[in-house]
Amino acid sequence: MSNQAVPHPSFGGPEPDSVAREQVKTAANPLLGFSGGEGADTAFRFAMLACAVGVVALLGLIVYQLVTGSQLSWHTFGWKFFGSSDWNPVEDQFGAFPFIYGTLVSSFLALAIAVPLAVGVAVFITEMCPGWLKGPLSFTTELLAAIPSVIYGLWAIFVMVPLLRIWVQPFLARTLGWTGFFSGPPYGIGMLAAGIILAIMIIPIISSISREVLTVVPQNQREAALALGATRWEMIRIGVLRNARAGIVGAIILGLGRALGETMAVTMVIGNRPEIAKSLFAPGYTMASVLANEFSEATGDVYLSALIEIGLALFFVTIVVNAMARLLVWSVTRGLPARSNA
Amino acid sequence: MGVEIKVEKINAWYGKTQALFDIDLDVLANHATALIGPSGCGKSTFIRCLNRMHETLPGARVTGRVQIGDLDIYKGTSATQLRRRVGMVFQKPNPFPSMSIYDNVAAGLKLNGFSNRKQTDEIVETALKSSALWDEVKDSLHKQSGASLSGGQQQRLCIARALAVQPEVLLMDEPCSALDPISTGKVEELIFQLKSKYTIVIVTHNMQQAGRVAEFTGFFLLGRMIEFDKTERIFTNPSDKRTEDYVTGRFG
Ligand SMILES: Nc1ncnc2c1ncn2[C@@H]1O[C@H](COP(=O)(O)OP(=O)(O)O)[C@@H](O)[C@H]1O
Ligand SMILES: [Mg+2]
Repeated sequence: MSNQAVPHPSFGGPEPDSVAREQVKTAANPLLGFSGGEGADTAFRFAMLACAVGVVALLGLIVYQLVTGSQLSWHTFGWKFFGSSDWNPVEDQFGAFPFIYGTLVSSFLALAIAVPLAVGVAVFITEMCPGWLKGPLSFTTELLAAIPSVIYGLWAIFVMVPLLRIWVQPFLARTLGWTGFFSGPPYGIGMLAAGIILAIMIIPIISSISREVLTVVPQNQREAALALGATRWEMIRIGVLRNARAGIVGAIILGLGRALGETMAVTMVIGNRPEIAKSLFAPGYTMASVLANEFSEATGDVYLSALIEIGLALFFVTIVVNAMARLLVWSVTRGLPARSNA
Repeated sequence: MGVEIKVEKINAWYGKTQALFDIDLDVLANHATALIGPSGCGKSTFIRCLNRMHETLPGARVTGRVQIGDLDIYKGTSATQLRRRVGMVFQKPNPFPSMSIYDNVAAGLKLNGFSNRKQTDEIVETALKSSALWDEVKDSLHKQSGASLSGGQQQRLCIARALAVQPEVLLMDEPCSALDPISTGKVEELIFQLKSKYTIVIVTHNMQQAGRVAEFTGFFLLGRMIEFDKTERIFTNPSDKRTEDYVTGRFG
């Protein structure tokens, strides 16, 4: 759901797909006539290899399409594209800064809200919760991840936004208004709403991966801390969290990766205005949302190309962020400390 | 200084299974006392009742009375307080891998809220010297992680970590079983020296080891303490037939 804006028909979405399928089909055919033996084994290995190559080829094709599609915009605006705030389709002026800003602010806001909650839930489940509650609790948190993002969006519009407008925002304005981050008219819809809905959406992934990482911390680390006279909380801090921190950072980055690319729910509540405001009450726009909203009505070549360039930037950032996170999580669950020195 | 330990009628359970039956034991201060017996007879369970680690396992339960120095440990004493006075060394070395050698040794001090840098330096040095590790690590105290040491060094680091909080009792659960003979020799020598300052209770499955380090030995079988006496007597002239079978069976 995070990349739904990318495979737009006008830059050849279906092709890579069918290429991959074609490869799989031809490679897998010999398998059908076999009942066993070495031949089947070879064919199977070949089929698997073809699948693997197909996936890589698919990735390559997407990059290729994005790069060629964004050439026009790149040549027209150069690096200025990422720094300019001018988004004016009528005059063919395009600057992506408000979208980049909106994506970053909403995602980091989401992390700020989600991380303490998600890690707290993970710690509660692995370290404190009575046995009978563990299963149901992890099951429920994980189920949250399965809810389609449009449902989150609907819930946000009908439940969360009114709550924000009537209770939360006036309260924040009264107490923290002086900081400048919580001022202006409380519409409900805006950056804050986007951050909160994103936070809710990334809590399951952060907490389930953190939980996995916490579970692989050896019991003897907990005992080492306890035997030194640690209280339960101190034991969790030095015996558990400290050992798991690389993995938890990985989980957080994975959550960030999801938040960066999330489209539907954000589009529904962020306000969709390419503005940069200090106040979190103000509306904003994200890279994913602008793609979803404007692709179908992008008429000019430069307009389309500018959107594809935003897509390329988003693609690049999410790939890098996810790769980093996977590596961190992988290094921890394999028992190799990502860093052994304190 | 070490303190004496008086154990009266300790019973322990894992869920519904009883693992210890009516254990009584008096441990003399500033001596080493060894606990021997076949695998699964309850040695670890017993030693973990002395610093209330047993009860940290889900479903585990203890009854009885244990007096350590002036603490009646199952009555009116908090487990954390107790564990700061009763150090423990585990079978498998368990240094904190994400901490430097120095931070490992200082971990217990930090938990006590101790933050005087200069004094901490001194205590860390003393602890590492008492555990005979100082010379090997003094140049990389802050650079090397606890996990980068060899198994024998890790175990001595764990001993230093336990000693740094200046406990009165040191519990050791088969501290050498994961070590090579040379490291084992070092740790045994260490135990011998540490007796002057601490009361030591050591679980071992190695009877020669009990003979080398401990003045007193208790023999466990199926969750009961069959016999407790001077080590020499346990090995040469035990009063219970089962002790004799175990001791001679292993030697012969
Ligand atoms: N965590 C545990 N859960 C359930 N039973 C246990 C647990 N640990 C030990 N036991 C049982 O308690 C008995 C005593 O074990 P233990 O004290 O570890 O023996 P030893 O250290 O002498 O080898 C054994 O029968 C063992 O199976
Ligand atoms: Mg044992």
